[in-house]
Amino acid sequence: MSLAVRVIPCLDVDGGRVVKGINFENLRDAGDPVELARLYDREGADELTFLDISASVEARGTTMDIVSRTAEEVFIPLTVGGGVREVADVDRLLRAGADKVAMNTAAINRPELISEVADRFGNQVLVLSVDARRVRPGGTPTESGYEVTTHGGKKAVEGMDAIAWAIRAAELGVGEILLNSMDADGTRDGFDLEMIERVRREVSIPVIASGGAGKVEDFAPAVDAGADAVLAASVFHFGTLRVSEVKQALAASGHPTR
Amino acid sequence: MSPRVVVLDYGSGNLRSAVRAVERAGAEVTLTSDFDTALAADGLLVPGVGAFEACMKGLRAIKGERIIGRRLAGGRPVLGICVGMQILFSRGVEHGVETEGCDEWPGVVERLQAPVVPHMGWNTVEVPQVEGQPTRLFDQITDERFYFVHSYGVRDWKLVTNDRTRAPLVTWAEHGGDRFVAAVENGPLSATQFHPEKSGDAGAQLLRNWVQSL
Repeated sequence: MSLAVRVIPCLDVDGGRVVKGINFENLRDAGDPVELARLYDREGADELTFLDISASVEARGTTMDIVSRTAEEVFIPLTVGGGVREVADVDRLLRAGADKVAMNTAAINRPELISEVADRFGNQVLVLSVDARRVRPGGTPTESGYEVTTHGGKKAVEGMDAIAWAIRAAELGVGEILLNSMDADGTRDGFDLEMIERVRREVSIPVIASGGAGKVEDFAPAVDAGADAVLAASVFHFGTLRVSEVKQALAASGHPTR
Repeated sequence: MSPRVVVLDYGSGNLRSAVRAVERAGAEVTLTSDFDTALAADGLLVPGVGAFEACMKGLRAIKGERIIGRRLAGGRPVLGICVGMQILFSRGVEHGVETEGCDEWPGVVERLQAPVVPHMGWNTVEVPQVEGQPTRLFDQITDERFYFVHSYGVRDWKLVTNDRTRAPLVTWAEHGGDRFVAAVENGPLSATQFHPEKSGDAGAQLLRNWVQSL
């Protein structure tokens, strides 16, 4: 037996509410992240990710409350990302009940932050979220042909090689790479398998594949390409796919699931 | 009356989930670093995340190793979780730095030898079937997976026993070809490398089993 492939639903939270709409029948309040977390837990989610997209400080405070309420009631690992800028932010999230913290822009701006967090809390708490895509024609080329973006894929970090960044972050001490393909994101055409393979070859920490999932058959190829876990947001939010179906499909393809 | 459990607070990670999970398992829980309270509780839970060295430092600062030692001398139950299990062994080696542990069990905590580390996610465990020594922690749990997240582990433990002593019941797990200790049951002292408080229903059952034994 070996490690099960983790299936991770990701919830976008703003001011304590889940942003993208969903209409599951057995939920009293579809916008309540705690209710949704419970539902995903019941369906067999192996881990949950909250992405705090709140712009204001007050709204972030509300998210903290959501994190602690979820941690009180849902007994699977909880990762929280969004707005983590310093070690103190990580500390606050862990105290609120997060098991792991995802970091993106702050680590790009100041990579030493990775080692600071890893030294204090261990590397297992730190997930590096990499929003990567192929360099566009006319863009600054990178060695691998992949570049790092910020602002949800809207802005390229000129000349920053996504693969090299993943390698460096692993050296600095992140415990896991959340690899979001900005080319595949929203297409529902399947994961960016080539990119997953590239990163898998280069790092020896777990890789979570994200971006592009549209149907249950999309997940197994991502695992074949080297992903240790698969993450999706909208297909779960809108009820297009259920966590349980994804796990059945993975199991049918010969991948161990929980 | 519900058993009273102390979750030992020595500055380590996400303790809230551990507290909640043990409460849910039927115990009355106090989160504290107070020596006497920890000594007097029906059960002591020693959590731990991060580095071995940092955890030992935190533990020593509150005389945690003495709390554990005294409790065990009196046959009072202790449960270590994750690094809270690792620090029960003789020593830990991280980045070439050796740190002395509580030395309740022989063995070295060292880096896992697997293609992908940390070992992160839900894995199966091999609970031993020993005649006359049934597992208490894994009672009513079969074919379940538990949530692990660690880069270090106890990869070797030769159990020495004779006609007067009973070897600890050691449960193993495997990741990427490497084998390591996943759980230990040894009289009043038990421990898990995985996180029962994060392991859904299987973890809840394990914690209930422990709480009911108090």
